[in-house]
Amino acid sequence: MRRLGFLVRKELQELRRNPRMFPVLFVAPVLQLTILGYAATTDVKNVPVVVVDGDRSPASRSLIERFDGSPYFSVQSVVSGARAAEEELTHGRAWMVLSLPPNYGRAVHEGTPVGVQVIADGSDSNSTTVALAYATTLVAERAAELARDRQPAGAPAVGSIESRIRVWFNPQLSSQHFMVPGVLALLLMVITAVLGSMAVVREKELGTLEQLNVTPLRRWELTVGKLLPYGLIGVIDVFLVVGVAVFWFEIPLRGSLALLLWLSLVYLLCTLGLGLLVSTLSSTQQQAMMTSVFFFMFPMIYLSGFIFPIENMPAVIQPISYVIPLTYYLVIVRGIFLKGVGLEAFWPQALALLAWGVTVMTLATLRSRKTLA
Amino acid sequence: MRKALAVGRKELHQILRDRRTLLILLFVPAFFLMLYGYALNWDIRHVRLAVLDREHTGESRALISSFVNSSYFDIVAVVTSTNDIEHLMDRGEVRAALVIPEGMSRDLRGGRVAQVQVLINGDNANTATTVFGYAQAIVRGVSAQLQLEMIGGRALAPPISVDPRIWYNPELRSTLFLVPGLIGFIVMLSCVVSTSLSIVREKERGTWEQVRMAPITTVSYIVGKTIPYFVISLASALLIILAARVLFDLPMRGSWAGLLVALSLFVVGALGTGLLVSTLVDSQALAFLISLLVSLLPTVILSGFIFPIASMPLPIQLITYIVPARYFLVVLRGIVLKGVELHTVASQVGALVIYAFAVLGLASVRLARERG
Repeated sequence: MRRLGFLVRKELQELRRNPRMFPVLFVAPVLQLTILGYAATTDVKNVPVVVVDGDRSPASRSLIERFDGSPYFSVQSVVSGARAAEEELTHGRAWMVLSLPPNYGRAVHEGTPVGVQVIADGSDSNSTTVALAYATTLVAERAAELARDRQPAGAPAVGSIESRIRVWFNPQLSSQHFMVPGVLALLLMVITAVLGSMAVVREKELGTLEQLNVTPLRRWELTVGKLLPYGLIGVIDVFLVVGVAVFWFEIPLRGSLALLLWLSLVYLLCTLGLGLLVSTLSSTQQQAMMTSVFFFMFPMIYLSGFIFPIENMPAVIQPISYVIPLTYYLVIVRGIFLKGVGLEAFWPQALALLAWGVTVMTLATLRSRKTLA
Repeated sequence: MRKALAVGRKELHQILRDRRTLLILLFVPAFFLMLYGYALNWDIRHVRLAVLDREHTGESRALISSFVNSSYFDIVAVVTSTNDIEHLMDRGEVRAALVIPEGMSRDLRGGRVAQVQVLINGDNANTATTVFGYAQAIVRGVSAQLQLEMIGGRALAPPISVDPRIWYNPELRSTLFLVPGLIGFIVMLSCVVSTSLSIVREKERGTWEQVRMAPITTVSYIVGKTIPYFVISLASALLIILAARVLFDLPMRGSWAGLLVALSLFVVGALGTGLLVSTLVDSQALAFLISLLVSLLPTVILSGFIFPIASMPLPIQLITYIVPARYFLVVLRGIVLKGVELHTVASQVGALVIYAFAVLGLASVRLARERG
């Protein structure tokens, strides 16, 4: 135990001697969570539109104002030639072109049918889908309004249908509520996996591992002593990012905070252990970095359900999702934050996370003996 | 220049000796594109819908059929009670439900507001947001349509119709949107990863003194450090793009020359980012950490890869201007999907040039100071 204490002290001293590390370890995650939490939204808002107004009448302007006044569109410019507008679309300065024909005003006035054209840039398929639906709706509503205006006075009023949309499990349907816990989990993973993956290989590269070899340290003492300081940093980061999520983004923490913290510890066990395993498998820090970025961080970002729903993935790829610890932690974090559920709902995930952490730690410890021998 | 080449040769030797790193840099990116290109998909077509129609009138049927005709919803269950809906939602058999209350048509004719209910499973907010927006638009559209029809019987209504056209991705495949983003992401990360340790490693190992004393200008040193990684990264990036064309039918509507220019600029900028990080810190661990923090999540979230920049709050939009992938994605999507020429996206290309010069310039200044 005393030997363990010495090792921990040595590691802490090394950290202290690198004072630039601290702002990065503690300020960067807070800053990143704040920025990224706002950015990660799939809402369709302010779609840039260019209007070709071939009519330039009060009637056409009123339809254009309807577009500009809605939260979904933002009219960039009104041009008179279709060519100029299409160029905006090609340049990517506009996502949509709304074309009103020269006879628009007259047709509206006389009550004859008239068509307006909408050209959408389909590159961003989901946003385009929604934007097109909104555009169609705005035009239909304008048409209904015109029809109402032409009704003779005293005609019976016509009602409308309104949709009451209720979203289950995320009632405010906020991308933030969904994404902030995810970004939080990823940031924790990045920081602790980086620290862990550099832990042993740095000594290897600098040649000081030999010195550790000749000390009477046991294998598990080496693992624990190396990771304890990083675990401490990880725990502080857990508090910081959970604080940002709760107090800054005001994500409702519906479940138990204690449970969240305990399971975060288990998660840190996985990410630190994973880092350490990489560290023992690599001979240079560069290799350790490559391995952890390409083989752990990429899959965690894309296959964990962080952004893309797992059930949308092809059946052959879905199993990969279930060997990623982040998949389980995300279910847990989102469950505690958004659904307010406890262990009774996600005990399989919690158990999987624990098994994962223990396995990877054991592997890393066994490996480190090999490198020591 | 000769000296730069000498540094390049030395760096290349180092890379070649580390086979694992070289193989990862060359082939793993293409493999990942394959894996993630298949895996990632957020088409929201065929959302499984349950319908509870308490009305059974022409109007309610019109509403239901416009949900079906949208091709985004598949009716998988027609139920008779809200309990059934809860049951189906809880078991995940449906992801959305439409509830039409009794008296909807009566309300419409009576000039009142009728309310229909749409229930959406929000556990993935990203796709739920799209379903939400779409359902909302459908109901509003049907409402306006029915109003028109009812009024039309009494007065001559001027129906304005919309003739929608979708350019560049007419089938609205999300793969065509995501794969270019994935290309940008993978290129950015592999470049940053390959250079961010290159200088700090010499400092940590103590070979830095030799570099300091070497009779070589800082600029040649940087150029020499960059060239081998530039060649490797460019090769790997082209491999990814070829893979995307073969595997995902990514079109190529513009010119290869333009693509090559843009890709080179982006690769230089990304390599420069890594170098800059490497000159700023004293330990490889810190370089690793910082380079991930500046490149990993920002490239996923702030580049327009997944989340539309126009929807972000304004201060965040301003931050996206320092993310190089933001510009590269506009150029890449422009070239492959729209067939634009480089001069059409000149401002983005210009931004990539400025970014590359800025990071390399800053790295040189830092390095010159370190060398004393």
